Amino acid sequence: MATRGNKSQSGKGKQQPPKPPEPSADELQRYYRDMLLIRRFEERAGQLYGMGLIGGFCHLYIGQEAVVTGVQSLLTETDSVITAYRDHGHMLACGMDPKGVMAELTGRRGGYSKGKGGSMHMFSVEERFYGGHGIVGAPAPIGAGLAFAHRYRDDGGLCTCYIGDGAVNQGQFYESLNMAALWNLPVVYIIENNKYGMGTSVERASATTELHQRGRAFEVPGRAVDGMNVLSVREAGYEAVQHARNGNGPFILEMKTYRYRGHSMSDPAKYRSKEEVQKMREEHDPINQLRQRLLDDGVVTEDALKEVDREVKNVVTEAADFAQSSPEPDPAELYTDVLAEA
Amino acid sequence: MPIDVLMPALSPTMTEGKVARWQKQEGDTVAPGDVIAEVETDKATMEVEAVDEGTLGQILVPAGSENIPVNQPIARILEEGESPDALEQAPAAPEQGGDGPAPAAQEAPTEGAPAQPQPAPQQPAAPAAPQAATPAAGDPPMGETRVIAMREALRDALAEEMRRDDRVFAIGEEIGQYEGAYKVTQGLLAEFGERRVVDTPITEHAFTGLAVGAAFGGLMPVLEFMTFNFAMQAIDHIVNSAAKTRYMSGGQMASPIVFRGPNGPPPRVAAQHSQCYASWYMHVPGLKVVSPYSPGDAKGLLKAAIRDPNPVVFLEHELLYGNTGPVAEDPGYVLPLDRARVERAGDGVTLVAYSRAVQTALDAAEQLAHEGIEAEVINLRSLRPLDAGAITASVQKTNRVVSVEEGWPVAGVGAEIAAVVNERAFDWLDAPPARVAPADVPQPYAANLEQLAVPSAEDVADAARQVCYRA
Ligand SMILES: Cc1ncc(C[n+]2csc(CCOP(=O)(O)OP(=O)(O)O)c2C)c(N)n1
Ligand SMILES: [Mg+2]
Repeated sequence: MATRGNKSQSGKGKQQPPKPPEPSADELQRYYRDMLLIRRFEERAGQLYGMGLIGGFCHLYIGQEAVVTGVQSLLTETDSVITAYRDHGHMLACGMDPKGVMAELTGRRGGYSKGKGGSMHMFSVEERFYGGHGIVGAPAPIGAGLAFAHRYRDDGGLCTCYIGDGAVNQGQFYESLNMAALWNLPVVYIIENNKYGMGTSVERASATTELHQRGRAFEVPGRAVDGMNVLSVREAGYEAVQHARNGNGPFILEMKTYRYRGHSMSDPAKYRSKEEVQKMREEHDPINQLRQRLLDDGVVTEDALKEVDREVKNVVTEAADFAQSSPEPDPAELYTDVLAEA
Repeated sequence: MPIDVLMPALSPTMTEGKVARWQKQEGDTVAPGDVIAEVETDKATMEVEAVDEGTLGQILVPAGSENIPVNQPIARILEEGESPDALEQAPAAPEQGGDGPAPAAQEAPTEGAPAQPQPAPQQPAAPAAPQAATPAAGDPPMGETRVIAMREALRDALAEEMRRDDRVFAIGEEIGQYEGAYKVTQGLLAEFGERRVVDTPITEHAFTGLAVGAAFGGLMPVLEFMTFNFAMQAIDHIVNSAAKTRYMSGGQMASPIVFRGPNGPPPRVAAQHSQCYASWYMHVPGLKVVSPYSPGDAKGLLKAAIRDPNPVVFLEHELLYGNTGPVAEDPGYVLPLDRARVERAGDGVTLVAYSRAVQTALDAAEQLAHEGIEAEVINLRSLRPLDAGAITASVQKTNRVVSVEEGWPVAGVGAEIAAVVNERAFDWLDAPPARVAPADVPQPYAANLEQLAVPSAEDVADAARQVCYRA
């Protein structure tokens, strides 16, 4: 293993971090559309849950859309992605089909896992989305392993590994940072700091709350980012992705973000005030912010945005229809996919 | 058509609720995400948000109404441009009464079997779980052989597979420069270099997760636990990440990975370094579990395990590493991962064992032979799948069975063997199945206590005499 000592010394000293090229009008509109798709998809998932069509745990991503949209916009065809159970937005941002995602939520044959995984366990090898994991902290080393495989095959790819503010207190995160730094693995850890792990605020869970500094013991650089602004996310993400891709090892981005809904569908969210939620929604909403900017800068007209709204609504309606009409898995599927045939 | 707002199920157990308050009134415009009402569930008060855009046309259930079944319409939203006349049409009737979980899709299925409403789990005529194994055929012929120790057999298997396939790499603590805490990986670093022989920090939880991630990414890791006692730190990744992912992904994902290392009690290392984990891993669908007894087993099984597209737990034994025996020279020689081997034929009693306990059983068989009892000794080799066919065939011949293991008795491998025999060969049994296992205590340190704890050949012979009613 080539370890730290061999690593290129670029990025030393106090240089300005590299900046991405200015986003084009098309790109800006795409960010708007991608975030809106996640929002509307999640709202619909919440509704289907309410109708009893989605069972068990269902963790919505509403409020956090800018994070995954901004970061994923920087990746290439070879890069891989992994996250935990709040994963619907990540799958949509990876280009997975909303129909297949929604049908997995309803446990139907047309779902990405043929109905066997559900909300928390979904994958698409084709889109290099490696889950979808229900165990808090588990994606940290698995993400390092995906990065290890990129390095081993020398395919130029990297892994973006999303992890919660609660999950960063798991020991395996630090074990992973140590190995990733030791071996210069191309992995970007994106801490989605939405201020709570279930009902426990960061302050009540973390001895130090500057989570982007959690890599210090391993000299892993970190950066705190306004995770409610897709353009800030994109800019910081660019530095992190460049860093990892150029062989400098892992990077931590702490996205300051917020989830509007409860932890899962059955969480009444009594641990925070209504005012706190209201303030984030009104003053920091990622979609409204970008919408306003697009209008103010004259990038698009109100009518054009309405058209996007309509298109997204149709996509989500189609997904919801498919998720209800796709049949339940064939009973014969109970015993398939346990083992591969040798 | 106005859009019905239904009483939502806001927790997995909620069947009805109370509309505590309306946040929007008839005539108010609503947008997705707007809170329109507050609902009291069996657990808490929750907000109901609009999903659709429009005007709140009609409130069907006034604030304060209790026991409203899930999925009953509570309000109706008029879409942009829709006239209130549309409200004349009656809302769809609630699909189901208040008790029982909420109903699901009403649309007709588009293909195949009818979509059953969920979540009430239907009772499909579940197909029978696949059953393992016809009786053990003999091993494939070994061809040219060479006599070597098990530790070399394991090393050769690994080296041959690494030569054969660049995706195969070795990872673990002290496996490279130090050449293995038990010297199984001797010479590998020199031949394959640091890219493919990866010395890790002491970090079982994460290096196991990392190896699983590498397997997800298309590589074929062979991971060494210095001993399986330390794999308890990592068992979450073995079970939750490696074993379950193929199923959870509907067959898309694979984790072709081998978890190997010494397992079970070596002498005098006491409780924390002496456990046998066979029954733990045997319990888990999605894993294969094998445990070699001889050098020939070790080489043929490890090569098969590395080539296998599934996660394989490969349980070795420190006290067998130095044992010598013939191994196939042909690098193409592999053993099947689901077959037991009859190490000694006999018709008086069946002794079923794996790993070092096979030696204990063979020693007992020698003693029994002097008493006119010819024991048949089955070396399981594979614990999951268990070669039930081989066990059954033998019991049908001997009518008596004793299991022998170095793992604790409660819910152990022997319990599973007894169950298999009872289910499949009950009518052939002339005596209840017997189990020989260590004392049901943490492994003691003192030499005399340790001897009492681990099963001896004498213990096995005693159990055999009992099932033969010769005690
Ligand atoms: C190992 C483990 N412990 C506990 C849980 C239960 N659990 C699920 S989510 C969660 C909170 C995690 O919070 P965070 O990492 O901040 O992610 P967020 O939900 O905010 O996205 C807990 C405790 C779990 N799934 N896995
Ligand atoms: Mg959180």
